Amino acid sequence: MSFWSRHKIFETNSIILVIGVLFVIAIGGLVEIVPLFYLKSTIEKAEGIRPYTPLELAGRNIYVREGCYNCHSQMIRPLRDEVERYGHYSLAAESMYDRPFQWGSKRTGPDLARVGNKYSDDWHRDHLKDPRAVVPGSIMPSYPWLEKNELDMSSVSEDMKIQAMLGVPYTEDMLKLAETDVRIQANADDPNAIDLAKRYPNAQSRSFDGNPQKVTEADALIAYLQMLGTQVDFKLYDNKANVR
Amino acid sequence: MAQTATTPKGMTFGEAGSALAFAALGFLSIIIAAKAYTPEYAFHAYLFAAASVASVFVIVNRYYERPAALPPLTINGKPNYNMGPVKFATIASIVWGIAGFTIGLLIALQLAFPSLNFDTSWLSFGRMRPLHTSAVIFAFGGNVLIASSFYVVQRTCRARMVGDIAPWFVVLGYNFFIVIAGTGYLLGITQGKEYAEPEWYADLFLTIVWVTYFLVFLGTVMRRKESHIYVANWFYLAFILTIAVLHLGNNATIPVSIFSPKSYIVWSGVQDALVQWWYGHNAVGFFLTAGFLAIMYYFIPKRAERPVYSYRLSIIHFWSLIFMYIWAGPHHLHYTALPDWAQTLGMVFSVMLWMPSWGGMINGLMTLSGAWDKLRTDPVLRLMVVSVAFYGMATFEGPLMSVKAVNSLSHYTDWTIGHVHAGALGWVAYISFGCVYCLVPWLWNKKELYSMKAVSWHFWISTLGIVLYISSMWVAGILQGLMWRAYTSLGFLEYSFIETVEAMHPFYIIRALGGAFFVAGSLIMAWNVWKTITSAEAAVEEAHPAQPVLVAAE
Repeated sequence: MSFWSRHKIFETNSIILVIGVLFVIAIGGLVEIVPLFYLKSTIEKAEGIRPYTPLELAGRNIYVREGCYNCHSQMIRPLRDEVERYGHYSLAAESMYDRPFQWGSKRTGPDLARVGNKYSDDWHRDHLKDPRAVVPGSIMPSYPWLEKNELDMSSVSEDMKIQAMLGVPYTEDMLKLAETDVRIQANADDPNAIDLAKRYPNAQSRSFDGNPQKVTEADALIAYLQMLGTQVDFKLYDNKANVR
Repeated sequence: MAQTATTPKGMTFGEAGSALAFAALGFLSIIIAAKAYTPEYAFHAYLFAAASVASVFVIVNRYYERPAALPPLTINGKPNYNMGPVKFATIASIVWGIAGFTIGLLIALQLAFPSLNFDTSWLSFGRMRPLHTSAVIFAFGGNVLIASSFYVVQRTCRARMVGDIAPWFVVLGYNFFIVIAGTGYLLGITQGKEYAEPEWYADLFLTIVWVTYFLVFLGTVMRRKESHIYVANWFYLAFILTIAVLHLGNNATIPVSIFSPKSYIVWSGVQDALVQWWYGHNAVGFFLTAGFLAIMYYFIPKRAERPVYSYRLSIIHFWSLIFMYIWAGPHHLHYTALPDWAQTLGMVFSVMLWMPSWGGMINGLMTLSGAWDKLRTDPVLRLMVVSVAFYGMATFEGPLMSVKAVNSLSHYTDWTIGHVHAGALGWVAYISFGCVYCLVPWLWNKKELYSMKAVSWHFWISTLGIVLYISSMWVAGILQGLMWRAYTSLGFLEYSFIETVEAMHPFYIIRALGGAFFVAGSLIMAWNVWKTITSAEAAVEEAHPAQPVLVAAE
């Protein structure tokens, strides 16, 4: 019996063929994916990483909804030109609360992993409304509806509850105050901003879209953009700390 | 009717069961529509309700119209093939193909002229791009795969497809899923994961459709009159099974509420990234490769009237391809926060993958041994052979780009887009066109296509389009990559980001021109298919032998 005729068993038994296929395709995925869940070196610890505030989370969901990831990456590679152009290379810890991850695969526009605090709120508002008003050569679509649409915050605490269930460290307090926190953060000079900053260290509170009358989608998106990549203080970050 | 006297007419289990299931789904959909968090989700719930009610009506109506006995498995000893669903999926693939290519042309133009976003949410690039990718991959490609797999599995097993309602549920359900997914993107309903954008309820529905697809396919294989399972069916089976596994793994989400379209994925950050590209790369490997290789293994030998070049090569090709593809995902994440060991594994397997890919290409091309002259006379065969050549080109470029040093330049640029389209236009679309050009006369019992000249025109126009597309994207991508890393003599970055964007403008226009040629070609195909169905000369007997001339795999 030649080696090749042994293959007959797969060709004459559909169930054996099915089992064979399942076995063969399982190996690669298991070997590559499973260790990521238990190897401690996968996500090295970094100081300052906190879950998104309710307003930032809502902004992130708008970022996802509009498909920003189709043109903008959020992943700075450790290459000389990227580190000089965008800032410190991205750490795994910086996206540990990202569901879904938004690393992207294309840079039709620049990387946004550290866009936070690089531009003013006004710049972002004008740029989202009409990108060519501030960057003449830009090919980004305009998003004029963002500053018109009021932010739908009816389900924000439910959104956070699901994330808490999946392991994001949202406390009972945070879940209870979710809607209040949205209003506090999107309000200029809110007296409760200090409380918010206690729950979410370094959270920036102000009227992001310059319109204090209402909380808009632009408020949420700009709040999200302004915090991107700002959580870890790289003056204090020791990139050797995790070397073993 | 006369025969009702002999067999008492009753609803089959499938008819009664599916009618009840649809009634329940319709009821549930109405409740969800009433309590939906967003109007967009309510719209989808109403679509589900309408489709369910229509299904119940059609199933019951069909029951009253049909004779008491179900269609026989054989007529005069010949298998009584069930080609209705195949016909539907074939036509659907042409319609979706034209839609998908046209949307692609629009978004190509949006990148050259941003005012074409029209300042509306629906038409903005970020929502249209997933619509384009899903329309061409899942709507066009998916319908070609369903049509061809249902055709090939019946022919090579010489058996009627299993199920009465089930094959129709697969075809119609799949296309309904596409409508839900596509309208969802336009309305801003997305998971934000590339090529897996449909939200949880669409995914759930697709899972049911896909399991039915698997059961119909496997059931038909089990009903076969041939002792051996033909090689094309191995590839179809691997495609259906693996896509199911990938779909479940990458869409493991928890909905915020049954009344909300939004869900959150159980994986996060770096793990989510690898699960996504394990899925994303193998959507390429199993949807766009294994499935279409099955088409290659049936339609090229059939059209060339030659046996598959090497039986042993097809065994090696099959097992090594499906084993290695699964490992290649991490090459989408080079130099990211994914651990280095995973990146390196992904790169090594991607380079190795070159071998089975070219093994398959050789097996497909060499099948023409002794029939090369047909390339001059048969433009349909020419389309398919060129598609295999493009397959070879794209699967050489892929391993090259997966090498980390090359990837540091090519990643995030339009080189990737060019590479994808070499595969998508050159390989997937061309083998699909060839398959459709074969299937249409066979399914509608015509002697030949209405116009072979039109096929030739389609071939040359779209080939010109592909050449413009991929060459402009090579130049654009490499230029952009080099500009990003260019330094002045003083050690400063030479270009601001916006300068690299502006440099892309001429290439984006050339690319759009290439896309326009490709759309034009597909319109010629649609016209030709339409004329074939409505006015081509009918086949005398069967235009092709009932027994495939294919040498069964051994």
